[in-house]
Amino acid sequence: MQNSVLSHTEMKIAREEDIFLVRRKARDLAKERGFDTFAIAALTTACSELARNAFVHGGGGEAVIEELDDGERVGIRVVFRDQGPGIADIERALAGGYSTARSLGLGLSGTRRLVDEFSLDSSPERGTRITIVKWTRF
Amino acid sequence: MSKSAIPILRVGKNLLTTIHVDLHDRIADAFQAELLLAIEKTGAAGLIIDISGLEEVDTYVARVLADTARMAKLMGTRSVLVGMRPEVAATLVRMGYAMSGVETALDVDQGLSLLAGEALS
Repeated sequence: MQNSVLSHTEMKIAREEDIFLVRRKARDLAKERGFDTFAIAALTTACSELARNAFVHGGGGEAVIEELDDGERVGIRVVFRDQGPGIADIERALAGGYSTARSLGLGLSGTRRLVDEFSLDSSPERGTRITIVKWTRF
Repeated sequence: MSKSAIPILRVGKNLLTTIHVDLHDRIADAFQAELLLAIEKTGAAGLIIDISGLEEVDTYVARVLADTARMAKLMGTRSVLVGMRPEVAATLVRMGYAMSGVETALDVDQGLSLLAGEALS
């Protein structure tokens, strides 16, 4: 079944404070939609990791936050886009232990474990685009 | 008024700090410096870091907290991280970041008991 989009919010990630604004928006939506505290913490922490990733490694970018309905449940999808240099070795980055200047090397591999859907597209030409989805559980 | 605006209180021989704000880069650096200077000034035996007010802790904040405990330890002060919420603990472990090497307790009272060397009931 096709997901319908219930709301759409675009936010820029240009300053460090924007990381918290993106996270707060995701938290507010998840709370309104009745996510439990564990799902909220997982989603908002994933947003923190990916927004920081875009800010630190991508030189800033944007986050698009959408509420989805797949006919049975509601979800929150967040797309993070940046025009940075891209991720040189995606497989290694997703496997974990990929150490960069200001991250623990757990960012991407750890974040993937927090959400229900995760996809990544990155190249030096296009920059990096990471999409996550978290669904409500019943 | 401290630059980080995070309060540091003296409780007996120990220091207690309660984090209730988003720890971004600038605040994190100021907070660490203020704590270490407070330890030097007071000669605190122990340090309790209360994070019960934090609804999420990402790997950046987790690293700042673990680093702060390590810095205090290098100076000779024992740190205990207290009050981590269930969903925060679950999230950090799922991400593969269990903050190993950092002493923890359920709440401020149990943290103080731990520092005092009392058996936890």
